[in-house]
This record gives sequence, structure tokens and C-alpha cells, in this order.
Amino acid sequence: MSPTGTVGSGQFAPTPHDPDERGHFGPWGGRYMPEALIAAVDELSVFYEKARVDPEFLAEFARLLKDYANRPSLLTEAKKFSRHAGGARVFLKREDLNHTGSHKINNVLGQALLTKRMGKKRVIAETGAGQHGVATATACALMDLDCVVYMGEVDTERQALNVARMRLLGAEVIPVKTGSRTLKDAINEALRDWVANVDDTHYLLGTAAGPHPFPLLVRDFHRVIGIEARIQILEQIGRLPDVVAACVGGGSNAIGIFHGFIDDPAVRLVGLEPGGDGIDTDRHGATLTKGLPGSLHGAMSYVMQDEDGQITEAHSISAGLDYPGVGPEHSHLKDIGRAEYRPVTDAEAMEAFALLSRTEGIIPAIESSHALAGAMQIGRELGEDAVILVNLSGRGDKDMDTAVKWFGLGVEGETR
Amino acid sequence: MSRLDPVFDRCRAEGRAALIGYLPAGYPTVEGSKDTLRTMVDSGCDLVEVGLPFSDPVMDGPTIQVAAEQALRAGFRVRDLFGVVESVAAAGGKAVVMTYWNPVLRYGVERFARDLAAAGGLGLITPDLVPDEAADWIAASDEHDLDRIFLVAPSSTEERIDLTSKSSRGFLYATSVMGVTGARDVVSNLAPELVKRVREHTDMPVGVGLGVRSGAQAAELAAFADGVIVGSAFVTAAADSPAAVRALTEDLATGVRSAVAPA
Repeated sequence: MSPTGTVGSGQFAPTPHDPDERGHFGPWGGRYMPEALIAAVDELSVFYEKARVDPEFLAEFARLLKDYANRPSLLTEAKKFSRHAGGARVFLKREDLNHTGSHKINNVLGQALLTKRMGKKRVIAETGAGQHGVATATACALMDLDCVVYMGEVDTERQALNVARMRLLGAEVIPVKTGSRTLKDAINEALRDWVANVDDTHYLLGTAAGPHPFPLLVRDFHRVIGIEARIQILEQIGRLPDVVAACVGGGSNAIGIFHGFIDDPAVRLVGLEPGGDGIDTDRHGATLTKGLPGSLHGAMSYVMQDEDGQITEAHSISAGLDYPGVGPEHSHLKDIGRAEYRPVTDAEAMEAFALLSRTEGIIPAIESSHALAGAMQIGRELGEDAVILVNLSGRGDKDMDTAVKWFGLGVEGETR
Repeated sequence: MSRLDPVFDRCRAEGRAALIGYLPAGYPTVEGSKDTLRTMVDSGCDLVEVGLPFSDPVMDGPTIQVAAEQALRAGFRVRDLFGVVESVAAAGGKAVVMTYWNPVLRYGVERFARDLAAAGGLGLITPDLVPDEAADWIAASDEHDLDRIFLVAPSSTEERIDLTSKSSRGFLYATSVMGVTGARDVVSNLAPELVKRVREHTDMPVGVGLGVRSGAQAAELAAFADGVIVGSAFVTAAADSPAAVRALTEDLATGVRSAVAPA
């Protein structure tokens, strides 16, 4: 299976779903950002458009995915977990088995290669859960790039292990103490850095959001997930799934797997958003379910905001989904009805987190547990004839502190 | 004819640059910001930029970030902005508003333009809206006769300077450094070069901002710019005292009248 290697086809081929040349997916996307950064995103567009048809770039990227990131990732049927999903067959796309433990490596390897091509020496990144930060620090170590990661102070506490990991890999981690001290503030701070250092610095954005061309190129680097999964499920069961389920914070893993099936109209694409304490409370991050159109971090998309257009804080047990915006292509897919989006509460996600661990011996990231909880709901709705493909976007080792607190797994709580 | 032409015409007639002072509305309170802006007008600002506090000010350094947070915590609402603009006009001052784009989108572009014009505001500076995405705003500003001030940066290409010049009305805002707002010790050497490039595309006045905090720096900018824009230094002075605001304004007003060649 080599979905990435051929010029003019596969992962980087233009699709009927590409944005216009200024980055608009319908009314969404574009460039809502300071003039000072327009030259940098123009440069990135030029280099990306060249790279996506350059056999040398494609071969180098394909080689890194295969020999460094451990692709193709497996497709595993979760036979016992299926009982909790109404008996529907559940297949897991195992992005958790990639190097660094999540899908994030696909995008960082691609963008790090672009950074080298642009002749830039320094990379900055934002991170929420730390998965993108760790992946970026990893790629920078591999490719000899200086690396600075901005991380909300709240998240550095929730994900202390990942901070240590990034530092071990040679990155500088800067805790962000402004605003809500989470992912959105880390992005603000990274943008401020970028404006001041754009000559020698690439902003390695970690999700399919931000100004054009980020939503396009981040999506394309992750399309490998859907391309592999489609081939694998046809090999294993000889038919397409009824539903593809993925968690959506910014939406990069979801857009990557959705694109493998977007032209299969019978396949439902379902994004699972962080419902936090519930979407009737003010503590959630369900941007597509409850947000309003707005411009944030460079793109027009659904945004969680108050009636004055002030951005509100997102809340989720999962640091990686704790973001009040979402990638513009998801806003478009929602509007045209090609994808549907549902909220999953913290409690539902944590139930799925424990269930997958116990039934399959796979500890999922809490982010991915939202997709698993969605699969449980949808499976019960559709029954045992259904086939659900879940993007298991990351592994849960990083979430042990949260799990210890949630389930009382410490020494005193050890009752099972 | 732009709404701001009279301001720049008068300064040109006096052989000097205009002094343009920025303050966030609602900082530290709505009434407090009206008082400070009045002091700025009375003691020598030719034009004031009334900032709209925003939760995610990506182009601002720590001083203005903290001021915006404080204004929002004190309960500032977008509708309060228009009263602040009105108070500047009532004091005989000239006001434009500087705002990130999302609050305008949420308020409604057309409705925002209408209410700003009704309050006596003369235009809008949009640090995160480029002309490429501004069709609604261009239409609304034409409809309500408001100036639209877009930004150019040292990184802007000739094509973009040309596009931005053609889309702007009133003046062009040239960011003198690559970076966020905040007072700096040295005036950037990127600024004269940028202004020179801009002048090859337009006769429109050029205001230069980002980093100015003293009369001496203002004098350097006044040698090549039509307007000297000062922001963070006013926020710092406002936190200190009315006397500090007055002293800063007077120092800067002297500066724009004593242009010196950049060091």
C-alpha cells in the first residue's frame, strides 16, 4: 500500500473540495489576519503548491511516514468493545501507534520539510494537550530546526509529562499566562512571536485551522489517514463503513479521515465535539453545535463567542479539544450537510476511555475517546448490522493523571 | 474627499506631522476613558484612536493586552464604544475607532458603521482585516461616509501596498516594526524605507506607529511621516494620572513640531 508516492494522485492530488485560491470553503476560511503576516502565508502557499507536485518532496514525505512515523497505521477491529456499541462492528484506525503517539506526526513531518525548503531555521508551535508540541519537537530534532512551543499555563500543569518530553527533545516550552491560559492563548502568543520573527521562523500550526493555506495543507498531510483506512476496511470486510467517526477540536484528524470517504455519499461522516459538562451549561467546547460565525486566528469559521463577539473560553476534560474555534472546512461540511457534528460530554468520553481499555487492551487518548463515545451512541442507533470506523487519533498514556483523578485509580482508590 | 483630510491638511499647513493617540475605550472604566481621551484632545492630540477591547488581541503587546482585559473585566460592552466616541466629538476632538474584526462582525458590519457615523466617528482602523476580505466593510463605509484605514507592514510587497493604498481612505497606517504594539527605546530603521515605498503608490497621508513613547522619537518619525501614532505609552500614562497623560501629550505634540532627521 503506497498511497502517498505518486505525483498527481493520492494524498496531494487536488480534490473537488479544495478551497478557492484565496482559501475560501464557501463563505468560510480566507485570511482574517494582520497584513504583516500576509507575505509569510503567501510564501507558504507558493512553496506548498510546488511541493505537492514535486516527486522529490512526495518521495521524501512518503519515506518519513513509512520509515520514521510507522505508517501505514493498523486497522483493528474492536470485537468486544462492539457490545457497548449496540453490537455494531467497530474498527479502529490506529493513529495511536504512530511515532509520538498520535496523528499529529503526519502534519509536522510535512510542514518541517516545507520549513527546510523555505530556508527557515526556526519553528514555533502552539500546543494544547502537548501532542502537537511533542510531535513538532520531534520533527525539529530530526531535521535540525530550532523549536519553541507555546503552551497555556493551565495545560502545562495538566500535561506536565509532555512538557518534560518536549524539553528532552530540545524544544523550548513557554508557558502562556495570558487570557484563559489554554490553547487559544497559546495560539495568540505564537502569532505574536511570528509577526516579530517571520523572516527566519515558520509557524507550524497544529490543526486544520488558521489562515489559508494552513487548513488546506494540514488537511492534505493528514489525508493519508483516510486513504489508508479506506483501503484497509475494503481489504478486511469488502465493504465501506456506514459511519466514520472522529473527534473534532480544531479538526485535523477528522478532516484527514473524512477525506478518504467524502466522495462516498453512503458513508456518514460524524464529528464528535467536546461537550464538557453538557452543551446546556457554559462549560463545553462544542463550537460547531453551539458557536456562531466569526473570525478567529486567521479564518472565518464557527466560533464560540458572546453577543459582543468576545471569544469565550472552551471547557473540556481533554486539553486537546479545548478550543473555541474549529477548522473552516468543518464549518463548510456542516453547512452543506456532508458531515454532522455531535457533542460528547466529559463523562461519556471517560466511560468510553475506560471501556476500550478494559475490552480491547488499548488505552485511547481522551480526545479520541470522544469519537469512541460517539461510536457507542451511533452503534446503538444503527444496530448490529452497522460498521463504524473510528479514528483512534492518539494514545492515552499522557492522560493518566486525569484518569487517576476521574476514576480514583490512586492507591487509596484501588478497590478493584 | 476623506473625513480626515481636514486634520492632515491643517497639520501640513503648519509644516508638521499629526499626533495620533490611542486609548482603549473602557480603560480603566468607560467614564475614565472619556476623561483621558478629553485630556489627550485638550493637550494636543490631533486625532484619537478609540480602541475596542477584545478578548484575543493578537497584534498587541502586554501593555494593551492587560488594558483590554481590565476594561472587559470592568464590564465594557461594545455598545459603550459609541458613547466614548461621542464624548471625543463633543470635546471638539476627532476620533476613529481601532478594532479587531470579530466584534464588528458580531455587531453587524452595516449596523456598526451606522452607529459609528452617528456617534461622530470618522473612520475605522482594522488591524486584522485586509482589503482582500473587506468587501462588506468597504460597502458599509462608503454608505456611511467613513474612512477606512488599512495597515501596511515592512513585509508588504509592492502589489499589496498598491492594493492597500487603493482600498484605504483617510490615511495609511504603516507599522514601523515587525512585531506587536508596545513602547520601544529605538525607532525602527524599517519605517523610513516603508514610508518611502508607500509614497510611490499614493499621495494619501501615512501614519507611522508601533513603539513610540517620547517626544524625541516622535520628532524622528515626523521627519518622514504625516502622522505619528502613539498607543501603549498613553495606556501607561492613563494608569498613572491625568497629569501624566497631559505631560506625555505635550511632549509628543512638541515632538511632531520639531522634526529631526532620523539618527
